[in-house]
Amino acid sequence: MKRFYPVYILFITIVLIQVLTLITGKGYMLTQLTMSAYYVLVAVGLCMVMGYAGQISLGQAGFFAIGGYTTAFLTTIDFTEKAGTGLFKLLDSMGLLITKDTLYGDTVIHLSPWISLIAAVLIAGITAYALGIPVLKLKGHYLAMATMGFGIIIYRIVLGSAIFGQADGIFNVPAFTIFPGLELSGDFTSRISNYYIAWILVIIAILLMVNLINSRVGRALRSLHGGEDASDAMGVDTTRYKVIIFVIGAIMAAVAGFFLTHYNGGIGPSEAGVGKSVRYLAIVAVGGMANIWGSLVMGLVLNFLSLRGVFGHFDDAVFGIILVMMMMFMPEGFIRISVLRDIRSLFIKLFSRKKMKETIQEPPHE
Amino acid sequence: MSNADIIMRIEGIDKYFGGLHAVDSVTFTVKKGVIKSVIGPNGAGKTTMFNMIAGFETPCNGQVFFNDILITGKKPWQVAEQGVLRTFQNLKLSNHMSVMDNVLLGWHSLGSAGFLDGMFSSPASRREEKNAKDTVLPILEWLNIIDLKDSEVGNLSFGNQRAVELARALASDPSMLLLDEPAAGLNMHETADLAKRIEKIRDQGRTILLVEHDMSLVMDISDEIVVLNFGQKIAEGIPSDIQKNKEVIRIYLGGDGA
Repeated sequence: MKRFYPVYILFITIVLIQVLTLITGKGYMLTQLTMSAYYVLVAVGLCMVMGYAGQISLGQAGFFAIGGYTTAFLTTIDFTEKAGTGLFKLLDSMGLLITKDTLYGDTVIHLSPWISLIAAVLIAGITAYALGIPVLKLKGHYLAMATMGFGIIIYRIVLGSAIFGQADGIFNVPAFTIFPGLELSGDFTSRISNYYIAWILVIIAILLMVNLINSRVGRALRSLHGGEDASDAMGVDTTRYKVIIFVIGAIMAAVAGFFLTHYNGGIGPSEAGVGKSVRYLAIVAVGGMANIWGSLVMGLVLNFLSLRGVFGHFDDAVFGIILVMMMMFMPEGFIRISVLRDIRSLFIKLFSRKKMKETIQEPPHE
Repeated sequence: MSNADIIMRIEGIDKYFGGLHAVDSVTFTVKKGVIKSVIGPNGAGKTTMFNMIAGFETPCNGQVFFNDILITGKKPWQVAEQGVLRTFQNLKLSNHMSVMDNVLLGWHSLGSAGFLDGMFSSPASRREEKNAKDTVLPILEWLNIIDLKDSEVGNLSFGNQRAVELARALASDPSMLLLDEPAAGLNMHETADLAKRIEKIRDQGRTILLVEHDMSLVMDISDEIVVLNFGQKIAEGIPSDIQKNKEVIRIYLGGDGA
């Protein structure tokens, strides 16, 4: 189907980049590319909430942190004392407990990351639902303030709680064995497989979202952007739709947080900072708001440059400046649908000369 | 009156905005399959009354029944699900979406595919989507906007945008249409077309409640007329009676009693 062509292109690009880093001996770059993929996942979720449904959120870093800290906490806490209880026996029989020997010869029992993955999704989803119902009644910058408040709360909680390691965060988070032989970890030897894990996750998310955008629900979501009265008058339960897409965005952020925490082997409070939320917002804005591919491309490029340290001390400033510039000069974003359409029709013209008889519909002009 | 041929009953609805009594215990009924117009000078409370029927505002007192179901207090989308669809005086279209998508939005309440159906593009959702397109294409054709179906609505002329709004309201196969000044901003030729279309919609068995300033349009196509002034109903009847009504002439043309 035509709408999946970009997905094929994305997949080929991902493979090409990997091969390119291998040939040029720059395999170390895969680490930043992998991390970028997880940040892209957050941006894609925010793109759905903000770009398509028109609901601004400055709390995505908070949901990311919920995912990351949930797994970091659950997979590093020692359950040895509770090993005898019925629940833990059941978990053990299902293979959801991991027994390890420490440096000092003791045995510790941890929960499997599968449990923390489910927990991360549930906690983020329930939090987003509970937050979304009152907060999504607000509009524009009031909504931005409210979601930012949520982000600050999460940030202060992880910074202030001893169980979350305060300013140090939680480290020594174990690798996540997805199935025997495939491990999610930052280990040098599994760099390539982790690169693919990350990007396949992004592709799956994009496929689901592209489908959603082109469905009955997607149409209703897009119509919210223009003004809720019309959607409401056409039978769209606007409150419900806004809350559900907010929950979906939050779950995507939490899943990204979960994976990146296992990849990095830990998480610190900076991931929950409002600066990070602004960064996601800047990426979606520069990507063209209602343009999932723009968010993907800009998310990849900007995060990669940032993680490579290209922006140096100006890292946060760069994202701030991008956001201000976009809002002032290009409120519709850098990569706009109309620009893409122009590029596409240019390509069609070029190719049609070379006997390619593809008939792609051009929108009729008035 | 027998209840069978009455589709909507409006019973003593009141609306205050602060000290302003915008709608003052207005009561009337709408018979099935007719064009009923609500007229009155600016500020007479016509749009407020419309908003109360469609669920955008809650009346301070009184009730609205549609097919004997109480619709007062329901949300606009719930009213729409009952089959009462409205258009807006100042067009409310999704300008960044195509004509087709705007009209398909109108079909929304007939569909049932949810978030998961959408994300996984389930066979049921694809079938439903195809049916939806088959349903709306004849409407686009009838309103002469089929050639524009892939254009962004924001780029269309005002007349075409009005047509899109009407198509969107018709897409859900409504039993009752609330048209809020559908002729505003249209030229004479377009208004004449609109009149024919509204009559055609009625002939399909739908009921129409019309708010309109264009008196010749109202007098030409209405089966019944309600006249409001300062929130109160001052007259109700067939067009020829309304034209002769002294009170109506007084408020429209002015008079010594004023």
